[in-house]
Amino acid sequence: MHEHDVIVVGAGGAGLRAAIAADEEGADVALVTKLHPVRSHTGAAEGGINAALREGDDWELHAYDTMKGSDYLGDAPAIDTFAQDAPEEVVQIEHWGMPFSREDDGRVSQRPFGGMSFPRTTYAGAETGHHLLHTMYEQVVKRGIEVYDEWYVTNLAVTDHDDPEDRHCHGAVAYEIATGNVEGFWARDGVILATGGLGQAFDHTTNAVANTGDGCAMAYRAGVPLEDMEMIQFHPTTLPSTGVLISEGVRGEGGILYNDDEERFMFEHGYANNDGELASRDVVSRAELTEVNAGRGIEDEYVDLDMRHLGEERILDRLENILHLAEDFEGVDGLDEPMPVKPGQHYAMGGIETDENGETCISGLYAAGETACVSLHGANRLGGNALPELLVFGARAGHHAAGKDMKTAEIETGRSAKSEDGDVSPPVQPGAIQTGDGDVAADGGERSDGSRSSSDLRADGAMVEPKETLEHTVQQERERIETLLEADGINHAEVRSNVQETMTENVNVFREEESLNDALRDLRRARERYEDVAVADPSRTYNTDLIHTIETRNILDVAEAITLGALAREEFRGAHWRAEYQERRDEEWIKHTMLAWDDGTPELYYKPVLLESQWKEYEPKERSY
Amino acid sequence: MSTIEQETETEETTDESAEPTVESPGERRRAEKRERTQAREDQRVDEEIDSSEETITLKVFRYDPEVEGKEEPRFDDFTVPFHKGMTVLDALIYSRDHYDSSLTFRHSCRQAVCGSDALFINGRQRLACKTQIADLDAGTIRIEPLPHQEVVKDLVVDMEHFYDQMEAVEPYFDADELPDDELEEQRQDRENREKIKMSTRCIWCGACMSSCNIAAGDNEYLGPAAINKAYRFAMDEREGEQRKQERLRIIEQEHGVWRCQTQFSCTEVCPKDIPLTEHIQELKREAVKNNLKFW
Repeated sequence: MHEHDVIVVGAGGAGLRAAIAADEEGADVALVTKLHPVRSHTGAAEGGINAALREGDDWELHAYDTMKGSDYLGDAPAIDTFAQDAPEEVVQIEHWGMPFSREDDGRVSQRPFGGMSFPRTTYAGAETGHHLLHTMYEQVVKRGIEVYDEWYVTNLAVTDHDDPEDRHCHGAVAYEIATGNVEGFWARDGVILATGGLGQAFDHTTNAVANTGDGCAMAYRAGVPLEDMEMIQFHPTTLPSTGVLISEGVRGEGGILYNDDEERFMFEHGYANNDGELASRDVVSRAELTEVNAGRGIEDEYVDLDMRHLGEERILDRLENILHLAEDFEGVDGLDEPMPVKPGQHYAMGGIETDENGETCISGLYAAGETACVSLHGANRLGGNALPELLVFGARAGHHAAGKDMKTAEIETGRSAKSEDGDVSPPVQPGAIQTGDGDVAADGGERSDGSRSSSDLRADGAMVEPKETLEHTVQQERERIETLLEADGINHAEVRSNVQETMTENVNVFREEESLNDALRDLRRARERYEDVAVADPSRTYNTDLIHTIETRNILDVAEAITLGALAREEFRGAHWRAEYQERRDEEWIKHTMLAWDDGTPELYYKPVLLESQWKEYEPKERSY
Repeated sequence: MSTIEQETETEETTDESAEPTVESPGERRRAEKRERTQAREDQRVDEEIDSSEETITLKVFRYDPEVEGKEEPRFDDFTVPFHKGMTVLDALIYSRDHYDSSLTFRHSCRQAVCGSDALFINGRQRLACKTQIADLDAGTIRIEPLPHQEVVKDLVVDMEHFYDQMEAVEPYFDADELPDDELEEQRQDRENREKIKMSTRCIWCGACMSSCNIAAGDNEYLGPAAINKAYRFAMDEREGEQRKQERLRIIEQEHGVWRCQTQFSCTEVCPKDIPLTEHIQELKREAVKNNLKFW
């Protein structure tokens, strides 16, 4: 067993920032991550980092833009905290050596971005995330923070009190990929989940193959509610063949979108009469698909993004990386011809419910970055707000877990924050398949009949001692892995692609009840098939077959949560468009959709959105760009 | 097809300019677009002609110390259907997901930024995700783990040594002094950022180290990636002179820059086009100047 004060799961931007913050507090912190830190998908972020740094801009404007972008589903305390902390965080990484693009006076450059009323997006060429990731990893090395790289966390060690709000997280269990060892990681003060995105629930995504929603799924099964899972961002400019991202920076610098009739459709068809290509991402994605559906798409699939008029010098200075991507993955020379683009899954606005200090309803369990939902982005994230999010909330979670005295959070978490029950009638029973035969593999390690095999229970049925909780979880994970390795069964890859296909087909930019129900039926079938999954590779050495099989279980859980949320929310808000409900319905729907796992039978409920913080109050307005 | 027909139908009202005077941007765009449409059409026809289910064969290195039959290294063949735009990584994933789920290789981002899938492809270090099969121009593709590194399993190598060499150059920014105001950034000239720009693009894939003959023979040689990392900081004007001296001392040690024999292998294989050899030479010059102090 390994022992530390704070365990951070995942070592992308949020994880690294959290670890540095915990280290600053003097805690003994360790990063446990399935990828070496520099392989994290933060490195693929291109566009930039928003912060109000200059004369004429201030945090309140940034907060207002973010709230408007969220379509009034973001929580004011989260948004205001974020906008206030962002400038300091951005300057902090500059002090750590981040090679930002510069103005003539040597200061950090800022460019316009979608949905921003001020050019406040700092950047480092079109490879901002790469530099951010490496800069922060350098700081981790400098501080000598321990990194367990290529250790895959498969479960959290959480006490099993009936009420999740009484539960405590004492650590995590991880599988060492190189050797096949399963070990417990005892976290004396807290576990911070920073596992990133869940794009692998979809077929056409900008996300890495490793973005499988691990943190969301583990927290969900441990009893933390997932919030606003239906809110999935589809980025308007991804390469059609691969889903590789073409940064919003292209449009920020003046790139133009054309349809097959050579029309600048954002203006000419009235999608965004003021901001055009720089409307927020949900607006632009829908506009593109509307064009394609109206027969004005190119090859009935995509539109053109043209940046040739920016000139070679400016492109090479600020967007060079885009030229490489277009050339390498689409065979297109962006200096010479327009680039083909279409919407692709990009970011999950929803995730693990936390407050503004990163804390979940389970004590000792935190989450930050894309896997978390504070909620900062509400129904739509603005470009350039994800990187400052992981800095701000990574830092807050790290400080808090390491014992720093933080201001009491305004956001409430857990089921006690419930305002009303949800009403959704899925066509099939969602959640775990109750086989009753203690099938370990089927249920991510929990026995599906809820019984415990070990004899380490208290009289009241709750395991409360940290070590015993951890040891119990280690035992469970060992059995689960043993089962997967030794049983005969089907390969997970087919199950995974079934999930991805149905999600891309049915839970996309445009959603309707019938297809959402189809998706839930498909997901149920995929779950049933997952019951028969086994790992063909018997090896304990670098068994990626096993890793992908465990990930597939996580993908299933998050895909189902996304679809249930999408079915429940009967309105059109931000990224969530519904055929049957063509308007935002503020009287009823300024509330978060919450899903609690409830030992295998998901329960949907609602929690109010906070449009007021200690600093400001926001009034929902018609949202146009 | 149908969209083109539609176009001619809807082009009724746009024909106002009777005399072709100077080409307006819109007209130019339309003309270019007609050309592109034609090119796409031609391409489609071409593709239809040779879409007779083309395949490609991969010869993949296999090894697993603990699985019977795989303890001895061998090559397995996988024949996969080829499509336009297919990368070596696509073909590997196809092979794994359709033929043999135990086929093992690292990969994550699919877009040449995470540095996970540097492999030895047809005798050269390349990123599998960035390598178009069409560009290899070969019916058979031989895929091996990076040479000169210990193989863990199949195409996965142990990267520890590479990481150790990176850490040996103290790869983190150290400013002499920072602005007092926590909202005040350090200044950096655009020229200076430009100077370090290429060096900051390293994705730690290990291709350079694996291609370097010197590194192959001298396990202590810092290697091109680590020296490039040292360059990235030594040339950054935001760090002070004293820190630069310390950095030069690290890279001019016995197994540092002086081991480089300018064979340019690293520069040739770098997937990020970093002029590694040049950076190493520049540090040699700095080191010499530093030690001679004639000026």
